[in-house]
Amino acid sequence: MKTFGKLIIVGSITGLLLSGCGKKTKTEEHSYLTIKGSDTMVHLASNWAEAFMNAHPGIDISVTGGGSGTGIAALLNGTSNICIASRKIKSKELSLAEEKRIYPKEIVTARDGIAIVVNPENTVETLSIEQIGKIYTGAYTNWKQVGGPNQQIIVLSRESSSGTFVFFQKRVMNKKDYTRKAMLMPSTAAIIQSVSQDKWAIGYVGLGYGTEAKDRIKIVLVKDGDTPAIEPSIKTVQSGEYGIARPLHFYTNGEPIGVVGQFVNYVLSNEGQKIVLETGYVPIN
Amino acid sequence: MKNWQEKIIQILLVGAASASILIVLLIFLFLGKEAFPFVSDPGIRVLLEHQWIPVSFKREVFGIIPLITGSVLVTILATGLMIPFGVLGAVYIAEIAIEKERAFLKPFIEIMAGIPSVVIGFFGLVVLSPVLKEVFQLNTGLTALLGAILLALMAIPTVISISEDAIRSVPKSFKEASLALGASRLQTIFRVVVPAALPGIIAAVMLGIGRVIGETMVVLMVTGNAAQITFNPVESVRTMTATIAAEMGEVAFGSNHYQALFWVGIVLLVITFGLNYVAQKVLNRYRMG
Repeated sequence: MKTFGKLIIVGSITGLLLSGCGKKTKTEEHSYLTIKGSDTMVHLASNWAEAFMNAHPGIDISVTGGGSGTGIAALLNGTSNICIASRKIKSKELSLAEEKRIYPKEIVTARDGIAIVVNPENTVETLSIEQIGKIYTGAYTNWKQVGGPNQQIIVLSRESSSGTFVFFQKRVMNKKDYTRKAMLMPSTAAIIQSVSQDKWAIGYVGLGYGTEAKDRIKIVLVKDGDTPAIEPSIKTVQSGEYGIARPLHFYTNGEPIGVVGQFVNYVLSNEGQKIVLETGYVPIN
Repeated sequence: MKNWQEKIIQILLVGAASASILIVLLIFLFLGKEAFPFVSDPGIRVLLEHQWIPVSFKREVFGIIPLITGSVLVTILATGLMIPFGVLGAVYIAEIAIEKERAFLKPFIEIMAGIPSVVIGFFGLVVLSPVLKEVFQLNTGLTALLGAILLALMAIPTVISISEDAIRSVPKSFKEASLALGASRLQTIFRVVVPAALPGIIAAVMLGIGRVIGETMVVLMVTGNAAQITFNPVESVRTMTATIAAEMGEVAFGSNHYQALFWVGIVLLVITFGLNYVAQKVLNRYRMG
């Protein structure tokens, strides 16, 4: 509280000094905004922040990663204004928030499709969500069980600390455990590297990364129940046709007002959503 | 005056020497404190299960057996590679190489010791993994063996440097006596010099093993990190160090998972302690004999 007071004082003094220069408009006082959370979203959030700061020179924004969990903890401790999260807030975290009299408000800012990738030499073109789930739980271990050649499947996953790991487990694997044979890779780049080298590997990566590496890997078309096989793309994720997609959230303390509100409005504006597209994610509309 | 100065220096030295003891004790204390609540809930027996499933919608399992076997497998393989290359290399440099060769070899070995582990890991991932896959006809190169090769690469400079010191410090009279008795050069090296330097060589290997078992980045990058119990060198394994490094960052503070990771740390510390203890014992016994 004390430091916050100091910040305001410092801010207003700078404001006064600057207004003395004459060129600056008085309406924009200096303010700070901190954003923290999901590593998936850090790149996107910094792009937003950069563009926003260019348009509003009086506002400074700092963006740090560390994971969705870390971001939510920072929001609850009052050390950050906005939490970026690639998963929904858990009920445990919500009850903790209530104790601390913080009221997380969820805002969907973009969507992210998860692409299933295999080696270009693999003959398998389409998989159903059910089949993918069985591959990852270890029920299927050979490509011939899903219409491919008689070769053992090498299952690649992200590390268990990743938000994508949990999302995938929930959406694709029916909340079952990963097979013990699953190799946990430390990064998306490692998954793409491995799939491009190992003929019979399968992995999952964010749509943006997947399309970028399209010359080295093959993106599998995904069937959800009776639907036709759908290729993940901005269009199919947006329309909801492609089954393995998730929203990317902002969490703020209560309704976003003031500078936070300004930033949130910017992110949801056409301009902000254009940045989503440029960063390789899917705009909300 | 002089006495007074010496006192101060002595106190400083005692302080410096005991600082490390204090730090080790504090580390043990801290690890114990964070890990202890696990004993009552969910109970220490959970650690002995055969699966490591820290994130699950059904039941989280924190059996550290697969992590231990992973570390042990990688370490044994790396040691197997490190001893012949390290010790024979040291013998060559200390006994056979001429001065010019030595002047050429030594700096290169020292450079190898200074390569950052992440660079070695990257090299393994991009260059060595496809080679291994081809040679052994594997589906993927990310195996315990790849990790062991890279770790041996990192430990060999240490083994060579210390073994070479040990070999060179064998008294010249030993060699001269052996040669005078009509032994050939090779006989002298392997029957007289190497046995005389054995305590130093064993210490070198132990230090190498210490480096291998504690190394994190390389194994995290190249062993595939599948937590399965296996002693097949061409399968993927998950080591204790890689598990801590990969999972500590995102784990909820004070959760069972968090405590289990501290248990992994304790086990790792105890193993390294045991290794050092054995190394000391071996050294002492040879010195006595």
